[in-house]
Amino acid sequence: MGPARLYVAVAVGGFRRYATYRVATAAGVFTNTVFGLILVYTYLALWDERPHLGGYDQSEAVTYVWLGQALFATLALQSGGMETDLMERIRTGDVAVDLYRPVDLQLWWLAADLGRAAFQLVGRGVIPFVVGALLFPTALPHDPVRWLWFLCALVLAALVSFGIRFLVALSAFWLMDGTGALQVMMITGLFCSGMTLPLNAFPGALGDVVQALPWAAQLQMPADLLMGKTGALHVFAFQAAWALVLLAAGRLLVTVATRRVVVQGG
Amino acid sequence: MWIRSTLTYRASFAMTLVSGLLLTGLDFVGILLMFSQVDSLGGYTLPEVAFLYGLAGMSFGIADLAIGSVARLGTRVRDGSLDTLLVRPAPVLAQVAADRFALRRLSRITQGALIFGYALTALDVHWTPEKVLLVPVTVLSGGAIFSAVFVAGGAFQFIAQDAAEVQAAFTYGGGTMLQYPPTVFAKEVLRGVTFVFPLAFVNWVPASYVLGRPYPLGLPEGAAWAPPLVAALCCALTGLVWRAGVRSYRSTGS
Repeated sequence: MGPARLYVAVAVGGFRRYATYRVATAAGVFTNTVFGLILVYTYLALWDERPHLGGYDQSEAVTYVWLGQALFATLALQSGGMETDLMERIRTGDVAVDLYRPVDLQLWWLAADLGRAAFQLVGRGVIPFVVGALLFPTALPHDPVRWLWFLCALVLAALVSFGIRFLVALSAFWLMDGTGALQVMMITGLFCSGMTLPLNAFPGALGDVVQALPWAAQLQMPADLLMGKTGALHVFAFQAAWALVLLAAGRLLVTVATRRVVVQGG
Repeated sequence: MWIRSTLTYRASFAMTLVSGLLLTGLDFVGILLMFSQVDSLGGYTLPEVAFLYGLAGMSFGIADLAIGSVARLGTRVRDGSLDTLLVRPAPVLAQVAADRFALRRLSRITQGALIFGYALTALDVHWTPEKVLLVPVTVLSGGAIFSAVFVAGGAFQFIAQDAAEVQAAFTYGGGTMLQYPPTVFAKEVLRGVTFVFPLAFVNWVPASYVLGRPYPLGLPEGAAWAPPLVAALCCALTGLVWRAGVRSYRSTGS
């Protein structure tokens, strides 16, 4: 089997694994819709008080909420992807077996995670988004090209998301117990990706900082691209730059960690 | 037993308590972020929102501490380990609640109480004996109402085995909703959480009395004292639902 076909098979496996749990998926759709509703009402109250906060009007703020609910599971913004599995394999030492396999550790997990993301987008993301768009006035573009660019931005966002979570998972080589790292990731995922409040509505210097961090590439950037707030070139450059940095750091860390595993193995 | 086992590792317990405090405090940080841009939300000021948040937080914390383990019932139904509990000579619900009783959930109550304390110092309320009495009554009734929601969600998991997230939508979603003023939400939503799914009595209605705000949906004056009645009704109904759930349980493999 050629290497490309192998990773495609892994990705399909990742998709299928999550597609198996139909009731759980339906439950997730319900939860995302309920939380989206609560958030929409608070945002409407907020934008009522401060119209054009962060450069959005009310319909744009509403659109942002539903994009967030659609991408929450897709990009595993608050964890919920491969990172817990990989951490468990590192903790138990099973990862040593993975390292002996004639496949690349990072690419293997990336393929599985992209498969998972694809399923979550279709299975968990689309319905809350459609429900939201039917219930509230949204600001969605009619231009199909913009949607195409948005999909490209989502792929890049998935790469950045994986890059962050792969690094967090690798921390288990040094920390052994990943609970603390995961909790930190939940906090950063919630605030820095803009799930709580759009990053452009953050006050002052804090806003500038969070908009420069990699989490901005996951929700804020694709949302702004879709609603025509930023150009595609700028978004792609930002996302690709962070994806490269994170994935390269992941590769480096695997090499360093591999030496450690050998030492541990005696 | 679970308390003693937790306290054996004192440092670890302290760490989970502190990080739990940080994590549960996150939604209040979100509210602070919003208030960094506005002076009021739905006509409520920050101390008033903190008052709502503190009441809901303490009630939710009590329910989560007492009965939050029910959320994992779906797993037990799926793998059949519920059988073990059924053959023991003790109420199933008590066993499920005591299973992995997590003292770390104290952080939610602590955090709610801290925010509530802030609200008390920052608010300008004319306190009467009735209002003072209403606060503990509200917190306890709210805890009972949330507990009923948790148990009803648990009973639902007898039917839908891997739908723990639906329960989360009602418990955590309800908890999140009550952190914001009722004026934020649409009339239909308010009707739903007042008459169908009476979460409004956890904090919105009694808080309106204490803060001297108009009641949501123009409820009558005495509604502020309804929470204990609503709580009793919820618990009675949930008891029936729970029994029906246990009776419908058929273990695995059949």
